Amino acid sequence: MTARQFTLEDLKRILIECAGADEAVDLDGEILDEGFEAIGYESLAILETGGRIETEYEVCLDEAVLSVHATPRELIAAVNELLTVAA
Amino acid sequence: MSATTVVTGLGVVSPNGLGAAPYWDATRAGKSGIGRVTRFDPSQYPARLAGEVQGFVAEDHLTGRMIVQTDHMTRMALVAADWALADAAIEPRGLDGYDMGVVTASSAGGFEFGQGELRKLWSRGSQHVSAYQSFAWFYAVNSGQISIRHGMKGPSGVVVSDQAGGLDALAQARRQIRGGTRLMVSGAVDATICPWGWVAQLAAGRMSTSDQPARAYLPFDADARGHVPGEGGAILVLEEAGAAALRGARIYGEIAGYGATFDPRDTVGGTGLHKAIEIALADAGLRASQVDVVFADAAGIPELDRAEADAIGAVFGPRGVPVTAPKTMTGRLSCGAGALDTATALLAIRDSIIPPTVNIEPAADYDLDLVTGRGRPTPVRTALVLARGYGGFNSALVVRARNPHATGPQAGPDHTERTR
Repeated sequence: MTARQFTLEDLKRILIECAGADEAVDLDGEILDEGFEAIGYESLAILETGGRIETEYEVCLDEAVLSVHATPRELIAAVNELLTVAA
Repeated sequence: MSATTVVTGLGVVSPNGLGAAPYWDATRAGKSGIGRVTRFDPSQYPARLAGEVQGFVAEDHLTGRMIVQTDHMTRMALVAADWALADAAIEPRGLDGYDMGVVTASSAGGFEFGQGELRKLWSRGSQHVSAYQSFAWFYAVNSGQISIRHGMKGPSGVVVSDQAGGLDALAQARRQIRGGTRLMVSGAVDATICPWGWVAQLAAGRMSTSDQPARAYLPFDADARGHVPGEGGAILVLEEAGAAALRGARIYGEIAGYGATFDPRDTVGGTGLHKAIEIALADAGLRASQVDVVFADAAGIPELDRAEADAIGAVFGPRGVPVTAPKTMTGRLSCGAGALDTATALLAIRDSIIPPTVNIEPAADYDLDLVTGRGRPTPVRTALVLARGYGGFNSALVVRARNPHATGPQAGPDHTERTR
């Protein structure tokens, strides 16, 4: 069985639903390697986003990737790794 | 010698006007903002009227990041604070953050936000409750969000004393200015027009069950039958008088005196309120005869109206001072009321007109000189604002005109040497 994929588009959708978007930041720009803090999300926004990913994808994320210093690339990789293990 | 505190900016969100100018135009003209509740379907509840703020679109003023983490009352408070700072011609980013603080009042916190998260908790489970619930409901949230938005790192906090809170917050902000803080953002904006907030207020047994907007809230009228709740309030910019004069600020007036008392359980009569008025006048160094108008708390409950009329009569004598309750046009705004009445008093001073109490026929036995029907043009130099909170809070605040040529605490025709 093929593992479900978690994409940048999924992350952006959940970020906006959970925490809104900062008008000064273009989420459609090159954000993969920016820290979440740099694109306008504080710790609660990441906590909220992480919680939503966990319930929607039925995974349990390590706290280390739910940090304002983590990047979207790291979070996406961590989610996909858990999805692969689960599949 | 204590520093003098002046008001240099007003931001108003009111059921009868969004922004200080529209609010003041409506209030002078006696235009009410009370109507049937639209924020939820009130048909199953015994009380169905409210003063709702009309035409407020949060997205026009705030980012998506802010909207997702704020209750309706916080959104309105943030916008009112923006307007107050703009009105004062203050650009906070150009000032030292430690020279600016924020003290607001709250009565119930972000009730509507909390209701939404409670619904998620019980219908979908704890995983679905927003992390922002941790602060979005909280009493201090308006102070915190205003502080963060404008980089205000000086003394800040929140006062929780029901409807008295709007005045108590301004008094606390004045203390901080006396303590050396250059500028304070203060006042209160409140809103709990949601089913959870509604039942909480119904439990107090003071809400009017009338369906007629012009007959529902009639303080000091023989037909008084409770109050209509409202949402909104005012945020004010307070500055130390010398600093305000130095930058050439336009000054609405001075926060000249304040008094507060607390009634024990089952108190009958107006003793505590009477005392609060006396303390406020003494603090301002004024005699009762120097007060030009009283903005009443105006509970709209016969025994509470009686207690307030007795307190006013004891200080000023029968029909001894004009009394008004513009909140008959907005409903009772909980902690927003004292702040909005203070803003209104300052506008009355500016324009020499006492705004009216609408819809009422004053009951003769209260012996009050109520300003009804239309506004009363008259010079206003000094105003007393009263507010009472559920459970025994009594607060009184005095505002007075500043001599336009005043440059410091020594100036001003009403100046009285203070020993505190």
